[in-house]
Amino acid sequence: MSDDEHRPHDSDGSGHAQNSLSPFARRAEALEALLVEKGVFGRDEVQQMMRAWAARSPADGARLVARAWVDPAFKARLIADPRAAAAELGIDVGTAATLVVAENSETVHHLVVCTLCSCYPRTLLGIPPDWYKSLNYRSRAVTDPRGILREFGLDLDRRVEVRVLDSTADIRYLVLPRRPPGTDHLTEEELAQLVTRDSMIGVEDPRLEPAQGGVR
Amino acid sequence: MRAVHDRGGWPGAGPIDRSEHHLEDWERRTDAMVQLLASPDKRVIRVDEMRRAIESLPPEQYESFPYYGKWLSGIEILMVEKKILTREEIDRKVAELEKCGR
Amino acid sequence: MEIGARFKPGDRVRVRSGNPPGHIRTPAYIRGKTGRVEAVQGLFRNPESLAFGGEGLPRQPLYFVGFNQSEVWGRYDGSPLDTLRVDIYEHWLEPA
Repeated sequence: MSDDEHRPHDSDGSGHAQNSLSPFARRAEALEALLVEKGVFGRDEVQQMMRAWAARSPADGARLVARAWVDPAFKARLIADPRAAAAELGIDVGTAATLVVAENSETVHHLVVCTLCSCYPRTLLGIPPDWYKSLNYRSRAVTDPRGILREFGLDLDRRVEVRVLDSTADIRYLVLPRRPPGTDHLTEEELAQLVTRDSMIGVEDPRLEPAQGGVR
Repeated sequence: MRAVHDRGGWPGAGPIDRSEHHLEDWERRTDAMVQLLASPDKRVIRVDEMRRAIESLPPEQYESFPYYGKWLSGIEILMVEKKILTREEIDRKVAELEKCGR
Repeated sequence: MEIGARFKPGDRVRVRSGNPPGHIRTPAYIRGKTGRVEAVQGLFRNPESLAFGGEGLPRQPLYFVGFNQSEVWGRYDGSPLDTLRVDIYEHWLEPA
C-alpha cells in the first residue's frame, strides 16, 4: 500500500512503521471487525460490495449516451424512464435514488453539483472524483459555473444558457451531452469512447475522437 | 450563521484541484460498509441519517478530514447512537490494532 | 398531476427564509429567492424527519424549481441567460 499525502501525521510524530496503518485506515479496520463480530454484516459481504463498486465505471453511462446518439427512440425512452432504459443495456441502477437525464442542446449546457454533500449518479458513473466532492467545487458551481468550465477547458458562448443543477434531494442527474460534429462514420462503440465521465457531469464536452484506452 | 456543510456560494472558494487519487483500501472498505449498512435488506442506517451525522461534525473536522474520514466518523456516530457499538468498544479495538502494529 | 400538489409547472414560487435547526436540504443560498416551478418530481418522504429516525411521512411533492442566476447572486458574472435549478420540498415553498 503506497503512502499517500492525504494521510494525517501520527500524533506522536514518529512517522509510520513499515506496515502500520494510518489512523483512518486503523479506524476503518476496527469498525469492520466490530461490526462483523456483532453480526451486522459478514466480511465476505464487505469484499463483495467493494468488488461491485470497483466494477462500476463511467463506461456504463457512456454506453447509454452513445446508444441515445444513434437511436432517437432509445433516447426518448432514456429521458422518459432512465432506469428502464439502462436495464435494456443490462445496467442495474437500483432504487435508492431517481435518475433524471438532462439533455444538452444548442442553447442549453447543464452542469451538475451537490452543494450540500456529494450526491452523484454513482450507479451509472461509479464513485465520484475528488474534485466533485471538494469544497471549492461545491461553492463555485452555483456562483461561477462558467469560471469552472473555463478551468476545465470549456468556454461557452454567452448565448448558451448554462444551467446548473443542484442535487439537493433524491434525484440524481446525468448530463446527456451533444454528439460532436463529424462523427457520422463512428461505430456505437467508438462513440461511447468519446463520452467522458466529465462530459456526463457537465464540466466538459465529449471528445472529438475516440480515446486509445477507452472511457476514463 | 451558515452550517459548515451548506457550501453553495461559500466565500473565498478557489480554483478546483483536479488531481485525483486512487482510493486506498480503507476508503473503498468504508464506502462498502456504508453501502451495506444503508442497503434495502439491512437498513441499519438511512442515507439521511448519515448525512446528518456528518453535518454534525465540528467545522474544523468537516473542512480538514479526508472525505472518507468523515464517513468513518458518521458510521461511528450512528453505531453508538443506535447502540450497536459503544464508544469504549471502538476505542478499545483501535488501541488493540495499534498495539499489534496494525 | 400529483394528488395534493400545491404548485404546478409555470407557477412562480418563493423559497421560505429562515434557519431552522436540524437536517435541512434547502440550501441557504436559495432561501428567500423567487423562481419558477419547472417540474413536479413526485412524492417523497421528508428528509428532515428521516435524518433522525422518523418515517418522513406523509410524503410530499418535490419540485424542480428554476431561478435566474442574476436574481440569486448580488453579482453574477456569467450570461444573463444562465439559470440554476434546485429540487425543493413543498413545505419550503410559498406562492410568489
